[in-house]
Amino acid sequence: MTAGFEQLRQAAEEQWDRLTASDTPVITVGTATCGRSAGALDTLDVLRGELAGRDLEVRFVEVGCLGPCYAEPLVTVSLPGAATVCFASVDLKGARKIAAYVAGGELPEDLALATTGPDSIPGIPDLMDTPVMKGQVRRVLRNCGVVDPGDIGHSLARGAYSGLQRAIELEGDARIAELERSGLRGRGGAGFPVSRKWNFCIDAPGDTRYVICNADEGDPGAFMNRSLLEGDPHAVLEGMIIAGLTIGAAEGFIYCRAEYPLALERLAVAIEQAEQAGFLGPDALGPGRPFRIKVKEGAGAFVCGEETALIASLEGRRGMPRPRPPFPAVSGLWGCPTVINNVETLASVALIFQHGADWYAEYGTARSKGTKTFALVGNVKRPGLVEVPLGTTLREMIFDIGGGISSGHQFKAVQTGGPSGGCLPEDKLDIPVDYESLQEAGTIMGSGGIVVMDERTCMVDFARYFLDFAADESCGECGPCRLGTRQLLRILEDITQGKGSASDMELLEGLSHNVMRGSLCGLGQTAPNPVLTTLRYFRDEYVAHIESRTCPALACRDFIAFEIDEEMCNGCTACAVLCPVDGITGDRDHLHEINAAVCIKCGVCSDTCSFGAVETVSARP
Amino acid sequence: MATNNLGPVLSAFERRPESLISLLQAVQESLGYLPPDALGTVARHARVPRSRVYGVASFYSQFRFNPVGRQRVAVCRGTACHVGGARFILEQLERTLGIPEGQTTEDMEYSLETVACIGCCGLAPCISVNDEVSAKLTPKKVRKQFKQARK
Repeated sequence: MTAGFEQLRQAAEEQWDRLTASDTPVITVGTATCGRSAGALDTLDVLRGELAGRDLEVRFVEVGCLGPCYAEPLVTVSLPGAATVCFASVDLKGARKIAAYVAGGELPEDLALATTGPDSIPGIPDLMDTPVMKGQVRRVLRNCGVVDPGDIGHSLARGAYSGLQRAIELEGDARIAELERSGLRGRGGAGFPVSRKWNFCIDAPGDTRYVICNADEGDPGAFMNRSLLEGDPHAVLEGMIIAGLTIGAAEGFIYCRAEYPLALERLAVAIEQAEQAGFLGPDALGPGRPFRIKVKEGAGAFVCGEETALIASLEGRRGMPRPRPPFPAVSGLWGCPTVINNVETLASVALIFQHGADWYAEYGTARSKGTKTFALVGNVKRPGLVEVPLGTTLREMIFDIGGGISSGHQFKAVQTGGPSGGCLPEDKLDIPVDYESLQEAGTIMGSGGIVVMDERTCMVDFARYFLDFAADESCGECGPCRLGTRQLLRILEDITQGKGSASDMELLEGLSHNVMRGSLCGLGQTAPNPVLTTLRYFRDEYVAHIESRTCPALACRDFIAFEIDEEMCNGCTACAVLCPVDGITGDRDHLHEINAAVCIKCGVCSDTCSFGAVETVSARP
Repeated sequence: MATNNLGPVLSAFERRPESLISLLQAVQESLGYLPPDALGTVARHARVPRSRVYGVASFYSQFRFNPVGRQRVAVCRGTACHVGGARFILEQLERTLGIPEGQTTEDMEYSLETVACIGCCGLAPCISVNDEVSAKLTPKKVRKQFKQARK
């Protein structure tokens, strides 16, 4: 295998060099899900169409997501003898401009985000010097948006599977020692040391062992794993194979949510290519030592992100958790010792074996080593997928990388850790993002979702939103979660509808603690976190809803009304035409009025008005 | 495809209980939903009681027991979409398509559903129509997109 690997790698490197130093133009387009939703496939079609008629050989490469979602679709152009330029927000018009540039025209500087190669262009920054990339350290994401995920050669040329070669050469104990030295902790949420989990599995009695990759990224507001699977699937496969080698497994499963069709497609291609290259198959771990990977599609249940529920689902049952211990490392899939790790954890394992534990641990804090990917979304100027050293502060992430709050608004809160996490206010923005610091503040790292909110989000309604999700996704197995989340939701609904009472806050706190203590799995044990943190940091909003019957954010419908401003309204009739309940009257060119008695507060008038004449005002229910 | 022609769809999977979810996914893929008699066929193939098939099928949100429209419109209710005003998108779609969430238009053209998170959070709010995602939406944009389609 090793001599064979060297040959494969060399061939791949030559192929990669031919691409990067090509004497024909190379155009790469980010066609992961986020790029596609912004129109990347249409952009690609226009580029192909515009350049097809010319006597010009052009190579097109489809890559994954580079990270800055706000700038999608992203197109990178490399012309022979010129600097490589990355263009942002390339719509159809932009695509025509870029095609003209490729055909010998002028560089459309207005579309240029950055240069990405060694050569530079005056006035255009290098990608890593742009504000969005400057604070980032791209390790796990190094290949995303750079390589064609459908071509194993690209990944090989950039180091893929060299970690596996090194792991094969190491003795069994040295592999675990390497992992331990790296300090890698699980990236799925709980942060358990990976070396210990693997060691438990090695020590557990049994002849058959399994590796499972948890790709059931269920946290709403998070897409780190989707991007990684779509942009660099081989990193995940390599991590799984190393896990198989280390614990002595011959089979691995990827449990991927069905809501990610493109990730599933790219995984299937990557597995086939890895099989052809011999990284998977009968001699994957050495002569006569097989390792195979199968993909199982989830069927839409948030609780299946919990490891025992996931295993139940893999076995073809209802995805309901069971009490631990025994932990899956001792008794997992079909009762066999099983290592189950998240997508990013396994990709990090591959990195650690490629570059060494010391390299990996260069970044991070004393107890949280390495880098971590985050989905930075919500009311920030530059939402996207970012990777930073652990220990970076929330402020640096939101204001330096994310560019701060969308124009005209102020920061209010940031939510980390999805439905299991909590909301933090402005004065917590300087805490370093590591497992312990976040926990102390009442939230969790989780898988990496970071949702930023401005003053327009009501924190009581936000807690209600998460409890609605938790109550809906509670599997029903244990009472505290099944009944408790529902009861929390009802109280929060009452408060947001103007029916809250003075004792509600105390009731919420008491009930939250009981649900956390009594629930069987992580879902119920953490579901009250959004309630507790909003009560802790945004108590005044609860008080406002309950005592003065107002919603400070003007978000809860029962506390607001719409009014038309006399001076701004020019009587264009747009709102009256669209009002679904015919609740707006007024003659053309004259002031319009909203009939509060029939208004359903759908907000269509306010959304439609081009003159900003429809105001949202506070109104007691 | 009729339920009694499911043979080729089922035969791709091993006749074991752990194939159950994959079997149901394949049947739904070919029929569009899970009619009652298909559950029996799946039960026999996977060698499990029919009650277990129903138990599994009713547990996961992906499975449907009623036919759906040719265009499945799914509104993302992920956190970023929620913060970006997803409920206004959903309400606008309910008005434009004339059906509440969870229903299908009489002509079987549109179904309206919500989905936990599409994972396109950087471009919220978004919806998907037959798995194709549209992003950075406003009620105005969806009204235009579907008003033309409804005519």
